[in-house]
This record gives sequence, structure tokens and C-alpha cells, in this order.
Amino acid sequence: MTAFAAILLRDIQLSLRIGGGALMGALFFLIVVTLMPFAIGPDLNLLARIGPAILWLGALLASLLALDRLFAMDHDDGALDLLMMARLPLELVVLAKALAHWLTTGLPLVIVAPVLGLMLNVDVRAMGWVTLTLLAGTPALTFIGLVGAALSVALRRGGLLLPVLILPLTIPVLIFGVAAANAAIVGPAPFGPPFTILCALSLASLVLGPIAAAAALRHGLE
Amino acid sequence: MPVIDLANPTRFLALVNRVLPWLVAVTALVFAIGLYRAMHAPDDYQQGATVKIMFLHVPAAWLGMMGWVVMSAAALGTLVWRHPLADVAGKAAAPIGAAFTFICLVTGALWGRPTWGTYWVWDARLTSVLILFLLYLGVMALYWTAEEPGRGARAAAILTLVGAVNIPIIKFSVDWWNTLHQPASIVRLGGATIDASILVPLLIMAGAFTLLFFTLHLAAMRNEILRRRVRTMQLLQAQTLSEAHT
Repeated sequence: MTAFAAILLRDIQLSLRIGGGALMGALFFLIVVTLMPFAIGPDLNLLARIGPAILWLGALLASLLALDRLFAMDHDDGALDLLMMARLPLELVVLAKALAHWLTTGLPLVIVAPVLGLMLNVDVRAMGWVTLTLLAGTPALTFIGLVGAALSVALRRGGLLLPVLILPLTIPVLIFGVAAANAAIVGPAPFGPPFTILCALSLASLVLGPIAAAAALRHGLE
Repeated sequence: MPVIDLANPTRFLALVNRVLPWLVAVTALVFAIGLYRAMHAPDDYQQGATVKIMFLHVPAAWLGMMGWVVMSAAALGTLVWRHPLADVAGKAAAPIGAAFTFICLVTGALWGRPTWGTYWVWDARLTSVLILFLLYLGVMALYWTAEEPGRGARAAAILTLVGAVNIPIIKFSVDWWNTLHQPASIVRLGGATIDASILVPLLIMAGAFTLLFFTLHLAAMRNEILRRRVRTMQLLQAQTLSEAHT
């Protein structure tokens, strides 16, 4: 087993075991979506129109929730120092941890999204497309959040800071995610362009996020 | 004097103390000329005298964007060359850039009320300036939370560079978002070609704002260096006091 796969597997196992909190994000997502009709009113037509936007906002907030666990626990028990001294480049270590984080917190959001979509009266045929936009977009949220997690662990008291740093940077993901979801449901704009840009954002942040996060860890923890 | 000499804070302070009075004088002079020319610029045939807000609004917007460019250059200096003054420069530029962006937003709102009939619209250009302001506040918050100046500076430098990559993407996506939802309804900022009677005062004001930026920036860098010296002295004093007690 390569070092990359070992780190990936270790992080997945850690977050699935007791105290790991892997499904907490999905639970938070459910609660946020449940709160929306109380604030907006139970008008099903209105909910159907803004449903994709609510799903995207909920996913964005839920993906923030677990971010500070990404490095904080490894930093507390000293595992992060060992990982930084490993022969594997720190960028790849960070990438493995981010992938494990997405698999345990991002993917559950995508899986529960269709159920929540039903509660928001989103058209059943369009629900597949909305879920597809979340599948393409949530990796970008994780990889952008990765930079904030690395910065805040380097400063040791960044828990409150993290959303302030990260949320402005996630605006493009939100814009193209909701644009693609709305295009799938109501049209008339085509689904393709915003969706491919969403994929491009995910791929670009997959490359740039680990580089910036590794730089933040190196400079912060030396 | 080569740039490397400026890495010595004492030499830098000496240079700032020599240059700053002249810079203040030139800034005041250019502001006087610019404001005089702006006051005597003709009113717009449609907007009347409210068009005068432009002479503050447009330069503030330019300088708000330039502040991030200065911070990005300082961030490169911090991370790549480890220039000792680069993190001072970055930290000093952030509140100034945020202030210019804030002036741009406020004057824009005051200008929007008489001409558009509302203080705020979710127009692409307004929104992207607001996001720039939020990013400035994020970087400033990062400086505030760091216990140790050096560590906070490196973290803020990384965030600045990530922001520098992201700002064009945000700008582009916000433009796209706007055209998708509300096709060109009120966007008429600077649409028409500007007559020389307005353009010349505007450029003078832009020059005055740029001078003001660098004057404030140098003064803020000087203050930051002095603040760090005070901090070091306080730490040393606390150390000697605690040693005397034991």
C-alpha cells in the first residue's frame, strides 16, 4: 500500500469511528433545510423555485462545519508533525487528507440531497441534475476550505476565523452551482456551460488548494 | 541606495522621515489642484451636480483594487525573498486598501440614490467591490488573530495570494451571474465617452489619491515598525522584571 493510500484510508477510518463526526455534516444539512420553511413559509411553489438555492446554501454551510477538524486533531496529538516529516511531499499528504474529508463529509451531503429536495418540492426529474451539480461542486468547497483549515491550524486559534476567510472565496462555486441547478429545472439557459465551469472550479481548486495549504502548514508550523 | 539596504529598518525609517514631509506636501498640492478643477468641472446635463461624486468614487475604486496588488507584491516578498519589510508593507496596506474600498462603496451608494433611486442594487460591479471589501476584512482579521507578527504575516501572505488568484474568478463569475439574472438594466457607469473637461480633473484626482495611498502606506509602515519595537521592548522589560523577582 502506498503512503498516499495509507493516509487516505487512515483518515476515512478515523472519521467513521466514534468521535469522528463524519455524518454530522449531513445531519446539519438536514437541520438547515428544515429551518428554511419556518423562515420562508411552507408555500410549496415558492420552495420549489428556490429549492436548489436552499440545497446549495445548506451544503455550503454544512461543508464549513467539519473543516476545522481537518488538521486540528492531527495537530493536537502530534501526528501532523510526523506527516510533515514524511517522505511523501506535503502537498500529496494534504491532498490525501482532503480527499478523505470529502469522501466522509462531502459525499454524504450529495447522497442525502435528493431526499431533502423532495421535502422542498423540487421536481423529481430535475433532482438528478441538481444532485449532479452538488457532486461536481462540493469538492471545490472542500479544497478551498482546505486552505482556510491549514491557515487556522497554523495560527492555533482560527476556529472563528475560518468561515470569514473561506466564504468570500466560495462565491464562484455557489454562483455556478445554483446557475447549473436552475438551468436544469427551469431553463431556458443551457445546463452545459455553468456545469462545465463548476467542474473546472473543482479541478483547479484540487490543484491549487493543496499547494496553498501545504505552504500554509510549512510556514505556520516550522 | 540599493533596495537591499532598505531591509534594515533603521535605514528605512531614516528614509521615510526624510521623504514623508515632501510627499505630504505634494499630496496636498495635487489634491488642492484636483479638487479645484473638480469643483469647476461642468455639471452633467442629466445628473446635475451629483456627478461630482465621481471625482471621489472612481479614484477610490481604483485605489481599492491597487491595494490588493500592493499586498500581493508584499506577499511575494514575504514568502519568496523573506524580505523583513515585506510583511510590514503587507500589513500596513490592508487597512488602507479596505478604507478606499469602503469609500468607494459609500460614495457609490450616495451617488446611486439620486441617479438610480436606490442606495444598493445587486449589480455585478457593486457586488464584486463588496466582495473585495470582505476579503480585505478577512486578511485584517488574520493579522489580528496571530499572536506573533511573523507567523501572522506569512499566513496573511498566503491568503493574499490565494485571493489574488480568486479575485479575477470572482469578478468574472459575478459578471456572469448578473447577466444571467437581470440583463443590462441600470448599468450605465462610465458608459459614454467622457469629455476632457471632466476627464482631466478625474485623472488629477486619481493621481492625488495614489499619492495619498503611498503617503499613508509609508506612514503606516513606519508606525508598524515602531509598534514592533515597542512590543519587543515591553517583552524585554517583562523578562528582566520577572528575572529580578526570582
